[in-house]
Amino acid sequence: MNEFIQHIINGISMGAIYALIALGYTMVYGILQFINFAHADIYMVGAFASYYLARFFQLGEHPHWSWFFIALGLSTLVCALLGFAIEKIAYRPLRKSPKLNILITAIGVSLFLEYAGQLLFGVDPKLFPPLLTESVLFSIGGINVMSLDVIILGISILAMFVLHRVVYHSKLGKAMRAVSQNSTVAAMLGISIDRVISFTFILGSSLAGIAAVLVGMRYPKIEPMMGMLMGTKAFVAAVLGGIGSLPGAVLGGLIMGLSEEMVVGYLQSTYRDALSFGILIVILIFKPTGLLGTKRIEKV
Amino acid sequence: MSNNKLLEIKEISIQFGGLKAVDRFSMDLESGELAGLIGPNGAGKTTVFNLLTGVYSPQTGSIDLEGQPIHRKKTFEISRLGIARTFQNIRLFKDLSVLDNILLGQHHRTQYGIWQVVLQTPGFQREEAQKKEEALELLKIFNLEKKQSAPAGALPYGEQRKLEILRALATKPKLLLLDEPAAGMNHSETTGLMEIISMIRERFNLTILLIEHDMKFVMKICEKIHVLDHGVKIAEGIPSYIQNHAEVIKAYLGTDEELH
Repeated sequence: MNEFIQHIINGISMGAIYALIALGYTMVYGILQFINFAHADIYMVGAFASYYLARFFQLGEHPHWSWFFIALGLSTLVCALLGFAIEKIAYRPLRKSPKLNILITAIGVSLFLEYAGQLLFGVDPKLFPPLLTESVLFSIGGINVMSLDVIILGISILAMFVLHRVVYHSKLGKAMRAVSQNSTVAAMLGISIDRVISFTFILGSSLAGIAAVLVGMRYPKIEPMMGMLMGTKAFVAAVLGGIGSLPGAVLGGLIMGLSEEMVVGYLQSTYRDALSFGILIVILIFKPTGLLGTKRIEKV
Repeated sequence: MSNNKLLEIKEISIQFGGLKAVDRFSMDLESGELAGLIGPNGAGKTTVFNLLTGVYSPQTGSIDLEGQPIHRKKTFEISRLGIARTFQNIRLFKDLSVLDNILLGQHHRTQYGIWQVVLQTPGFQREEAQKKEEALELLKIFNLEKKQSAPAGALPYGEQRKLEILRALATKPKLLLLDEPAAGMNHSETTGLMEIISMIRERFNLTILLIEHDMKFVMKICEKIHVLDHGVKIAEGIPSYIQNHAEVIKAYLGTDEELH
């Protein structure tokens, strides 16, 4: 029983990270109806940005709260700028082209970041420095609640809360939904479509930047290809929850994190990565719109 | 002509493939005027609206709003300069609430930035409250304030038309373009619409240009009428002049039935 609860805690904290990244996929899809394949590579760049920051100032030798928040801020900033730049340079000129063109471009940007990363950061994995001292925060009946899990969950919830406020309780969120429903009409109401789309990329990429530091502390091995597997899993989480739906991305992420943890705990850890693909196949067969997704009726 | 010209369209043209949708079209609108744009189906009326709102850019010619050229500007910039419109087929944000549809029209006049949203500053809250108040004022014009939280798509047809007009008004336009406002309305609804148009024109100091197929409606409400046929302007003048204009009658299939 204790073991089971321990797995639940691990699963939720990993699920929260998947959710953060899945939100980025789902927001861009919601507004532009395409999958930003470069999203997970933005996350990778965020991880390296905070790695180099930590190495330069040798933060890992004296773990401290403030280092953690500085790294978090830098990673978020770098990712936000990168997401903004990618949209402006690579996707915006193709706004009026067929969806397939922009999709292929996204794959191109993803490959570019991965191989540029190998060139700049090196192919071999790096060790992400501990920014905080890992400790047992409290234990109940033999279950150890680690400080890291609480931090991961706390930061994720805070980020999601801010996102919720922005999307559901401000003009920016309303504009995002208006642009996703009918961008021409939105423009006729004085809404700058370019700004709303830039803003969506900045928001989604910032969440990836937060996730990058959280993952770096949990699984301290980082390398330029780290986005591939993480990206696939977060994407499956977004599809599972219903692509385009924000609550769906969070739900999908949690289910993904928990089920992976259960596979590791009770089946075989080697099946862990196969699970996401299994979930994707099942969801595409039985509920292609995802758990919370709604069917989009395409007007022909 | 007097010098309080609001809109000046000079010889604009646009071609789609081999088709000249609008061909050297010119038109002036005086400030405060209520004008009609009529013509047979496919004459290019909606294309003129699309050119005015920046959906298309004219290939030749110019459009000036208050002396400022707008024909190279983007749609959202033109909206901010004061041109708003409604659509032939209603285009509300159906999943959003009635209130949110109006608030979107006020979008660009809100000042707050992202940090104020995140931190929920008093300034942000004050501004949100004030915009909501303004939106409710607008909704009261057509007694829609009680339905503010309903999804716009759930309103009956007539109310959706009204809401679309209100949403356009929320952008604080100088020029309001109405694309077939009477479409799908019966006689008494059309009469009601005429009153509404006169009322909002008065209250918001508007200049109005409308496209309409209901000739009785057009002849009764418009002070000046511009007639398009195959993208070319064939006549312009007061209703009584247009009604008896030989070329206009010919354009409408050689009968004058529709015009009286």
